[in-house]
Amino acid sequence: MAFEYAPAPESRSVVDIAPSYGLFVDGEFTDPVDGGWRDTVNPATEEVLSKVADAGPADVRRAVQAARTAYEQVWGPMPGRERAKYLYRIARLIQERSRELAVLETLDNGKPIRESRDVDLPLVAAHFFYHAGWADKLEYAGLGPRPRPLGVAAQVIPWNFPLLMLAWKVAPALACGNTVVLKPAETTPLTALAFADICRQADLPPGVVNILTGAGETGRLLVEDPDVDKVAFTGSTEVGRQIMRTLAGTGTRLTLELGGKAANVVFDDAPIDQAVEGIVNGIYFNQGHVCCAGSRLLVQESVADELLASLKRRLATLRLGDPLDKNTDIGAINSAAQLARISELTAAGDDEGAERWTAPCELPDRGYWFPPTIFTGVTQAHRIAREEIFGPVLSVLTFRTPEEAVEKANNTPYGLSAGIWTEKGSRILWMAQRLRAGVVWANTFNRFDPTSPFGGYKESGFGREGGIAGLAAYLESSEVAS
Amino acid sequence: MVTDLPIDARDLRRFLHGLPGVDEVGAAGRVQMLASRSIKQAAKAWAIDTAISMVDLTTLEGADTPGKVRALCAKALRPDPTDLTTPPVAAVCVYGDLVGVAREVVGDRVHVAAVATAFPSGRSSLAVKLLDTAEAVAAGADEIDMVIDRGAFLAGDYERVWDEIVAVKAACGDAHLKVILETGELRTLDNVRRASWLAMLAGADFIKTSTGKVTPAATLPVTLVMLEAVRDFADRTGRRIGVKAAGGIRTSKEAIAYLVLVNETVGDAWLEPNLFRFGASSLLNDLLLQRQRMTTGHYSGPAYVTID
Repeated sequence: MAFEYAPAPESRSVVDIAPSYGLFVDGEFTDPVDGGWRDTVNPATEEVLSKVADAGPADVRRAVQAARTAYEQVWGPMPGRERAKYLYRIARLIQERSRELAVLETLDNGKPIRESRDVDLPLVAAHFFYHAGWADKLEYAGLGPRPRPLGVAAQVIPWNFPLLMLAWKVAPALACGNTVVLKPAETTPLTALAFADICRQADLPPGVVNILTGAGETGRLLVEDPDVDKVAFTGSTEVGRQIMRTLAGTGTRLTLELGGKAANVVFDDAPIDQAVEGIVNGIYFNQGHVCCAGSRLLVQESVADELLASLKRRLATLRLGDPLDKNTDIGAINSAAQLARISELTAAGDDEGAERWTAPCELPDRGYWFPPTIFTGVTQAHRIAREEIFGPVLSVLTFRTPEEAVEKANNTPYGLSAGIWTEKGSRILWMAQRLRAGVVWANTFNRFDPTSPFGGYKESGFGREGGIAGLAAYLESSEVAS
Repeated sequence: MVTDLPIDARDLRRFLHGLPGVDEVGAAGRVQMLASRSIKQAAKAWAIDTAISMVDLTTLEGADTPGKVRALCAKALRPDPTDLTTPPVAAVCVYGDLVGVAREVVGDRVHVAAVATAFPSGRSSLAVKLLDTAEAVAAGADEIDMVIDRGAFLAGDYERVWDEIVAVKAACGDAHLKVILETGELRTLDNVRRASWLAMLAGADFIKTSTGKVTPAATLPVTLVMLEAVRDFADRTGRRIGVKAAGGIRTSKEAIAYLVLVNETVGDAWLEPNLFRFGASSLLNDLLLQRQRMTTGHYSGPAYVTID
C-alpha cells in the first residue's frame, strides 16, 4: 500500500512581512530620495509579498557616505575584540531567529524549507561565529604584523542563497574592520532587510552595515562610487566582466565569484549509491541555482548505464511542490526570467540532438517550476555542456580513462568546483592535482564550511571567501611593523 | 535473468568483492536527510498501524517461561485490548524450546518465529545448528531466525557461511528463513553489503540486522545498505527478499523513520509484513501510546498499555 505523506507545511505565522520596506542607511529605514519601488513576489505562488525600494543615485551616495563616516569614526578605530562582540551578538540573534529567517527565505526565494532550515541558516550563523573569532586575532592570520581594513566595501550578491551570500560577504568584512553597503538581488531582498533589523537589535553602530535594495542599475551605481575601497560581487560572469572594466585602473580592490559549469566525475569503482546521492545534491539541490552545481556529469562509460538507471530511479522519488512543506525536495524556480532562460537552454539541448529525460512529477499551476531533467548523449560541443543553465538540468557525458576525464572536466571557461567519485584514494589525489577548479570535492558534493576557502579559476572569478584566504580579501597586509 | 551471479560458493569471493563500495559518510547523510521527513496526521496514523503489523514481538531471555510466552502471545494477538481495531503483530519471536507454547496460544493467527543455530553467538557445530532448526520447525515454528557465523565471515571464509545457510534453509522445510547478519560485529557497511548478498544468494527469505544482544543493533545506515541490497537483488533475479531491523528501535518516531527509509529506498512494495519487519519488544507499547493519542486526541500513559 502506498505511503502518502500528509502535507506538513511550516507555519508562515513566524514571519511578519511589512507592506513595504525602505532602504537601510545609517541605521535607519528610509524611503528612497530619488529611487523608486518594486514588488517582490513568492515565486512558488506569484503572490506579491511586499514592496521594496529601488535605490537611486542620491541614495547610493548617502549610503556610501554613511559607511565612510562609520568606518572613519567608529568601526575602523574600534579594537578587534570589541568588533567581535557585535559579530557574536549578530550570530546568536541569527540562531534565535533562524526559524523566522528560514521561512522568509523560502517565501521570497522559492527554495524548500528543508534546505533553508537545515543548510542555509546553520551556515549563515556559522559564518558569523567563525569570523567573530578572527576579529581580535588578525595579526596572527599570516597577513603581516598589522593588517589594516580596506575601508568601505560595496557588496553585490545574487538571489540563489540570499542570506548565506550576505553572510559570506558581511561577516569577513566586518570582522576585518570594514564597513559595508550591500545590495541584495532584486528578486530576494527580504532576508537582507531582516538582517538589517538584526543589526539594529544587536546595537551595531549606525552606518556599519547599509542595505540598498534595487536592481542592476543600483548595483552599477554602487560599484562605481568613487568612495568605495573594495567591491565584492557574486553573480553572473557577464556582470562580473562589466564591473572589472569599470574598476580597471581605479585602485579599488575587487573579488569576483561568478558562474560555473562543474564536472562531477564518477569512476567505475565509485560507491554507486552514494554517488547517485552526490549527483542529486550536486545539481538538484536548490533547484540547481548553485554557481558550483555539478551540472556536468562525467561518468565512466563502463558504468554509465547502471548509474543512469539508478539516478533515474532516485529522481522519481524527489518531491516537487510547496517549498514550505517540510517534505519538499525541489522548490520553485526563483523568477520568470530564470525559468525562461532554463527553458531556452534546454530547448537548445533538444535541438542539438541530446536526449531529454524528465522526472515524473506534477508541476503546480501557479508559480515558476521546472522538473528535474537529465540530458544524455551530450558532447563537449553542446551548449548545455558549456553554458551555465542555473537550473535543475544535468548534462551527462562519458569518458574512458582518467586522463580523458581530466581533459573534459577542464575543457570549460569556468573553474569553480569539481567532484570526484572513486573508492581509490590515490586517484582522488591524482585528479585533484589536475582539476582546474577552486573547490574539489571527493565522494561528496556541495559541502560548505566557513573555514574552507571558496572561489574560482578562470571565468569563475578570483578571490576567496571563507578561511584565512577569505580574510585576505578584506585586509591590507602590511610588512611594516610600527 | 542476469547470469553473472555466483552459482556456487567458489565464485563468491570474486562476486562479493566486486560489489560497489559504500561510502559511510554518504550513507549517514542520506539517512539523516530521510529522518527529517515530517510524517503527520493520516500518514502518521497509517504508518503506526503498518509498523504494528510488522512487529516480531520478541522475548529472548534466559528467564523466559511458558507463562511469559503465553502473555506475550496474548499481546501479539490483541496488542491493545481497549481498541480492537488495532492490528495484530506479524509474529512472536522466541527461543526454540518455547515454540510449542507459543503456537498453542496463537494458532495460525500470527507467525511463530524461533531463533535457532546456537543463537546469538552461532558458535557451535553445524550438526547442532541443524538439529536446533529442525526441532523448532517440528514444534511449529514457521519462521526461523538463524545467525551467520561472523567469525567465518570476518576470516574471509565465505564458503562456510554459505554452506551453513544452505544447510539451514534445507532444514527449514517450508518455514521462512531469516538470516541474521549481526551487523554490529561486521562493523563496516561494505561488510554489510557483502553479507546481505551472501545471505540472499544462499537462500535467505529475509535478511535481518541483529540479534539484539550486540550493540549497535539496528541502525538506519545499516538498514539503508540492506534495503539497497534487496532492491538490487530483486532487479537482477526478480525475487523479493525481506528485511528485518531488529534491536534498539524503541520509539514510534524511530519506527516511522525506518518506514520512510523503506519507502524511499525500495518503494512501497516492501511496506508490508511479508517484506519488512521490526524485531522489538518495547517498541510496540510506544506505537500503541501514539495510536491512542491519535484516536483519542490526548496522551494516556504507560498504565494504559499492557505489559507482557
